Amino acid sequence: MDPTALNLADTKAGLAAGDFTAADLAAAYTSRIQKLDEKIGAYLHTDPDPAIAESGALAGIPFAHKDLICTADMPTTAGSKMLAAYQPAHSATVHQRLAAAGATCLGKLNLDEFALGSSTENSAYQLTHNPWNLDCVPGGTSGGSAAAVAADLCVFATGTDTGGSIRQPASFCGVTGLKVTYGRVSRYGVIAAASSLDTVGFLTKTVRDAAELLQIAAGRDPRDATTGDQPVPDYVAGLRTDLHGLKVGVPKEYFIEGLHPEVETVIRAGIDQLSELGAEIVEVSLPHTDAALAAYYIINPSEVSTNMARYDGIRFGPAGQGDDLVETYFDARTKGFGDEVKRRIMLGTFALSAGYADQFYKKAIQARTLVQQDFERVFEQVDLLATPVAPTTAFRIGEKSDDPLEMYLADIFTIPASLAGVPGISVPAGFDSAGMPIGLQLLAGQWQEEKLLAAGHAFQMATEHHLKKPQL
Amino acid sequence: MQLTAEQVRHIAKLARINLTDTEVERFTTQMGDVMQHIEKLSALDTDGVPETNQVTGLTRVTRPDAVEDFGKEKALIACSQNPIQDNQIKVKKSI
Repeated sequence: MDPTALNLADTKAGLAAGDFTAADLAAAYTSRIQKLDEKIGAYLHTDPDPAIAESGALAGIPFAHKDLICTADMPTTAGSKMLAAYQPAHSATVHQRLAAAGATCLGKLNLDEFALGSSTENSAYQLTHNPWNLDCVPGGTSGGSAAAVAADLCVFATGTDTGGSIRQPASFCGVTGLKVTYGRVSRYGVIAAASSLDTVGFLTKTVRDAAELLQIAAGRDPRDATTGDQPVPDYVAGLRTDLHGLKVGVPKEYFIEGLHPEVETVIRAGIDQLSELGAEIVEVSLPHTDAALAAYYIINPSEVSTNMARYDGIRFGPAGQGDDLVETYFDARTKGFGDEVKRRIMLGTFALSAGYADQFYKKAIQARTLVQQDFERVFEQVDLLATPVAPTTAFRIGEKSDDPLEMYLADIFTIPASLAGVPGISVPAGFDSAGMPIGLQLLAGQWQEEKLLAAGHAFQMATEHHLKKPQL
Repeated sequence: MQLTAEQVRHIAKLARINLTDTEVERFTTQMGDVMQHIEKLSALDTDGVPETNQVTGLTRVTRPDAVEDFGKEKALIACSQNPIQDNQIKVKKSI
């Protein structure tokens, strides 16, 4: 039996039963990566001889990181030329926690440069191909993570989600993607994109796997002041197989023109499934949904422009050439950043510049309040929301890469939750007529991951979409 | 709003990025499209609406003011690709 086909729970069971050893397991993944990753392009870096731990909740479980997560024993590029030679001095808290639990880090996965994009095409290094159709994108920005999990190139992968970067690639690649409440998982050692929005989560083969990983990763970290000290419940114990007593809202603003009819059909069927499992389904409204995308594309670039200021060729990046210090900044930044990063920096610089800050930035953070209030109001009436993750299935490589606005619109259903800081999960809910996966998005109130995971698990116990594998 | 090429050149200068003429042309169109979409917001009534900077309600998070030895200054300095002298990064003159 090929152990790489197994989810986390079954891999652990196989190790415990002695069906295979941790060394066999690591070797099976390493050889699968060697055989298949040439056509997928998920990995930016692999460890030829990964350390294998013998104890811990994740002892010997092979996983990989989105290459935005700093690792002291492996390079970290953020998908950018700017960090081509960067070797972090420290490891992210999420890495430390997974390593302490015994997980085996196989390597680092491709992403859009500095986590800016929706297709992983903005990586400065390589394209990642969708395992379900190699001509299509895997989504982004955690595209390498989603493709690697879908192609069985790791048991699970970390990801980050700022505006949909875990949920959308999970939907495109037919895997489970968990985006946590803002501050639920430490971001210490995770390269910042937009600091008021960035979250760290997981791409997994099942919801149950995500519950187990969140248990390990969640909680207060003194090194990340934005982590909350809310208690971390026993997520695995909280999993359910029915949804009796739960109220699920279906926001009408998410079923709009532009939502592909085949996606809508699958999502509606998914909602019917939730109803069959015992949930009460009600229509709800999030009236500021339309404003969310516009607000996001002011807030995100503004914060990106600030965070990217540190890449000046002094501490990070290629040493700039020039006659004086300022010229070296220009040179390093011009050479080190790709087009999308330059666009975001400039959009943000503009939105924050004298004479425009009130019109754009201030307005956007007020709109953010209205978006958040929408969610607060609706979660007084319902436990969960069920929506599409993305308006379409995975699009073709190159299809949107010359039109940034079109690319931004791919995030229309994931961005509002990011602005509100609420958690969400993408669970495989079916396929379109071309065989491409479609994810159902479940959202819950802040710190309510337990409800999301419980419902997502019940959905997977009743369906088989998450068990289908791409032919490679 | 549409941006002008002149505005884009000015923004690029503020952001410390050099642009070629072709890039200015491309970015002017692309950023103008995005700005037009963003302008939707001006129709939104935000009178008296508070601003959200931190979404989970945390304020004034502090930590004990205790010195902690990071212990990795050599590795940190090694991140720089500039010449190192006396444990410091050597840069071009600033004035």
